Amino acid sequence: MEHRERIARRAARFFRDGGLVNLGIGLPTQVVNYIPEGIHVQLQSENGFIGIGPIPDADGWDHDVVNAGGRPASILPGGCTFDSAMSFGLIRGGHVDATVLGALEVDQEGNLANWIIPGRKVPGMGGGMDLVVGARLVIVAMEHCTKAGAPKILRRCTLPLTAPHSVDYIVTELCVLHYNGAGLILEELAPGITVEEVRTKTQAELILPEQIGRME
Amino acid sequence: MATSKIVSLEEALARFHDGQTVMIGGFTNVGSPNQFCRALADTGIRRLHIIANDAGNDWQDGIGTFIVERRAVRLTASHVGLNPVVGQLMNEGVLEVTLVPQGTLVERIRCGGMGLGGVLTPTGVGTLAAQGKQVISVGGRDYLLELPLRAEIALIKAWRADTAGNLVYRRTAKNFNPVMAMAADLVIVQAEEVVEVGELDPDQVCTPAACVDMVVPL
Repeated sequence: MEHRERIARRAARFFRDGGLVNLGIGLPTQVVNYIPEGIHVQLQSENGFIGIGPIPDADGWDHDVVNAGGRPASILPGGCTFDSAMSFGLIRGGHVDATVLGALEVDQEGNLANWIIPGRKVPGMGGGMDLVVGARLVIVAMEHCTKAGAPKILRRCTLPLTAPHSVDYIVTELCVLHYNGAGLILEELAPGITVEEVRTKTQAELILPEQIGRME
Repeated sequence: MATSKIVSLEEALARFHDGQTVMIGGFTNVGSPNQFCRALADTGIRRLHIIANDAGNDWQDGIGTFIVERRAVRLTASHVGLNPVVGQLMNEGVLEVTLVPQGTLVERIRCGGMGLGGVLTPTGVGTLAAQGKQVISVGGRDYLLELPLRAEIALIKAWRADTAGNLVYRRTAKNFNPVMAMAADLVIVQAEEVVEVGELDPDQVCTPAACVDMVVPL
């Protein structure tokens, strides 16, 4: 299985039926393709709607409907629109059950950095800080290391934080880590991956439970 | 019969001058008064402080117009990544950008329009967004005190307006518009369609006419 698919598949299994979910751009967006049978979630778009549908073709696109990246979108039956105050009230107020987002760095204190590389990339935080603080379950879905092979799961983030102590789970192609408020627990390993391999590719200290699950 | 707030583009443009603080509705130019922005830029206006969710894009279109043509000296926004010209002007030192988390930006504008002295939000605690801000603990949780944000002019877009200035928005073109409609000294609306008083379903009106000063059909 390709890395990104493995990550997206596993992240989708955190959703509970009837939940409201917000997916970040990039890999997290793909999670929608792997939601298990029998689980129905509604997707929120922070620019102001619930019920993200398929990407419309050019002819069928209603120009008043875009996603949080400003790209053409559609609204499913049962969806609704609202202004930005309501949108972020839903997010901060704990009405969004889960968010899946990417990261530049995550650390063993549950800190997340994903919005700025000072001096190089300063796009702004958009709605990211609100989502990480407000969503009930924060799932980081990302490849375990950088393209150059450097660890992204650190003892301490070096980049400016999106929010401190807010990450619940980290899902990579190698493993699932759970931040329990005290440290990162290695909960699941992907098939064929050893604890040693994860340790080699992770700077953070990992807590090993008695039983490590298999990442499906 | 309510007084009509329908004005010509020229009448509305006459209210702008260099150096003003202007809020502009929209999210990536969807729900932005794009035609009005083009006309305003063509007046040669300069040194604006723009408050908006984002900087549009790097085309000469919508909010991005004022960035690309260097008509703004300050920008308060949550995300500027879709308009690479913003970074370029920041590096040249000709555009001062204040980044605000999106939920905080809308709440600050809401405070400005709803008579509130500020809002306490958990967003940004322990990050760069907390710099220079007062931290207040309520029930054992830390919050940032975020202050109201207002503008001299709010420039927004509605789908339908009646001649009195009641506004209806459509789909994701709502975004910041209803909130900004309450937070400026002068509220100018670009309306896609204008109807007579009585033609809008009162239950559908999102912004009451009392908040609106001018409606420009464009």
